[in-house]
Amino acid sequence: MIFRLENIKYKGILNIDDLEIPACMVTCLTGESGSGKTSLLRLLNRMDDPDSGSIYYQDQLLDEFNPIELRRKVTMLSQAPFTLPGTIEENLQIGLELTEREKKDKEELVKALETVQLQKSLDEGAEYLSGGEKQRLALARLLLLNPDVYLLDEPTSALDEEAELTVMGRFLEGVKREKGTVIMITHSKQLADMCAEHRIVLKKAKESDY
Amino acid sequence: MESNGIIDIEFWRLCAAYVFVVILLIIVKWRGITREKQIMLATVRMTVQLILAGYVLTYIFENPHPLLSLGFLCAMALFSIHNIFKQVSHTLNKKIKRIVILSMLSGPMAALFYFNVVVIHFTPWYEPRYFIPIAGMIVGNAMTGVTLALKNLHEGISGNREKVEAMLMLGATPARAVKKYVDAAFDSAVLPTLNNMLGMGIIFLPGMMTGQIISGISPLIAIEYQIAILIGILGSVSLTVVLFIMLSFRAFFTKNAQLSI
Repeated sequence: MIFRLENIKYKGILNIDDLEIPACMVTCLTGESGSGKTSLLRLLNRMDDPDSGSIYYQDQLLDEFNPIELRRKVTMLSQAPFTLPGTIEENLQIGLELTEREKKDKEELVKALETVQLQKSLDEGAEYLSGGEKQRLALARLLLLNPDVYLLDEPTSALDEEAELTVMGRFLEGVKREKGTVIMITHSKQLADMCAEHRIVLKKAKESDY
Repeated sequence: MESNGIIDIEFWRLCAAYVFVVILLIIVKWRGITREKQIMLATVRMTVQLILAGYVLTYIFENPHPLLSLGFLCAMALFSIHNIFKQVSHTLNKKIKRIVILSMLSGPMAALFYFNVVVIHFTPWYEPRYFIPIAGMIVGNAMTGVTLALKNLHEGISGNREKVEAMLMLGATPARAVKKYVDAAFDSAVLPTLNNMLGMGIIFLPGMMTGQIISGISPLIAIEYQIAILIGILGSVSLTVVLFIMLSFRAFFTKNAQLSI
C-alpha cells in the first residue's frame, strides 16, 4: 500500500475511518459532487491538512515529510492547469524549473507531447491552445517530472470521449512503464471502466458524522 | 508685505486661495458627484494639520533637542503605519501588520540616518530645520511605496490563487510560486519614484526645490538638495519595499507551504 488513511476528518467534507490505496496501480476516485474527491487529493499532496486523523505515505506519517519534497514525489495536477505566456517548450520546461530539476532536451519534450497526442510544435505559443490542448500540455509537463505518485483531478474534462480514452490510455501506459502510481478523479464512466485497477467511491459525509 | 525678501501672504489673500475649493464644490454639486463631504473634510484637515505643524515646528526650531526631533520622527512613522493600514481595503492578518511596522521602522530610518550623516552632513545631527523636512519626505515616500507594494502583492496572489496553488502542487517553493507577483509588487512601488525622477526639472519642479527658490536660495543650490533628496527617497523606498516584500510574501503561506488567504 502506498497510502493509508485512518480516522480522517476534514471540514465536514470528509469522514474516512479507514482507507488504503495500492502502489503501482491506477485508482479511480468517483462520487457525487461535494463528496470531497478534490479535498482528498489535496490532503494527499499536503495542500491542506486534515482536522484529525493520520495519513501514511509508504508507512511514514505525512506530517513527517517536508511538504515541498513530498509534492515533488506525490504530485498533483489541478482541475485548472496553468499555462504561462510563452511557447509550448517554455511551458513544458517550467515544471522542471519550478521543481529545481535539470532541463530536458527537445527530444524528450517532443516524446511527452506525442504521448498525450498534442500535435503542436515546441515553438508555438501556449496561450492560443484550446482548453483540451492545455490539459494535454499539463499532462505532458507532469510526465516530464516523473513523480512516484500522480494525483489527477479530472485531467481530461475538456476532451471529448474518444480523445479522452486515447490520451489517458497512452498517458497511463507511460506512467506504468516507470512503475508510477495514479490516483485519478474522473466523472467519465468509460474512462474509469477502461483504466481503473482499484476504485474508491466517496459519499457525501453526513452532519451526524461530526 | 515682504520679510527677508519673501512675500508674506496677507491673511485675506490666503483666504482668497480657498476660492478654488469653492469652485470645486460648485462643480461637483453641478455634476451630481457626491464628493462634497470629502472635499470639505480634506480642506479642513489640511488647514488644521498645517496650522498645528507650523506652531509645533516653530517651537521645535526655537528649542532644538534630540528628543524632540526623534519624537517628531516617531510620530511621522506611526502616522504613516496607521495610514497604510487604513488605505488597504482588505483585512490584514497580524503577521502582515507586524511586517509593515518592522519595515516602516527600519527601512526609512536606515536611509534617513545614512542620508543625514553621509550626504547632507549637518551638525548637530538632530538639527530640526534639516532633520524634520528630510524625514518627512523619506518616511512619506516609503509609506506610499509600502502601500502600493502591499496592495499589489495581495491582489497578485489572491487574484492568481489557482495558478499559485497549481505550482505548489507540482512542488514549487512558495517563493518561486509567487515570484512573478512579488516582482510586480516591487515594480509598482518603485515606479512612481522613478517616473518622478524622469520628469524632474522638465515637467515639474518639485515642492522642496520650489520652496527653496521662493525663499531666495539660488536654483543651483536648490538642485543640489533636490538631487540628493530624490536619490535618498529612491534608496529609502527601495530598501523599505524590498524588506517588506521579502518578509511579507511568507505571511501568505502556512508553515506547511500552503496558501493561507
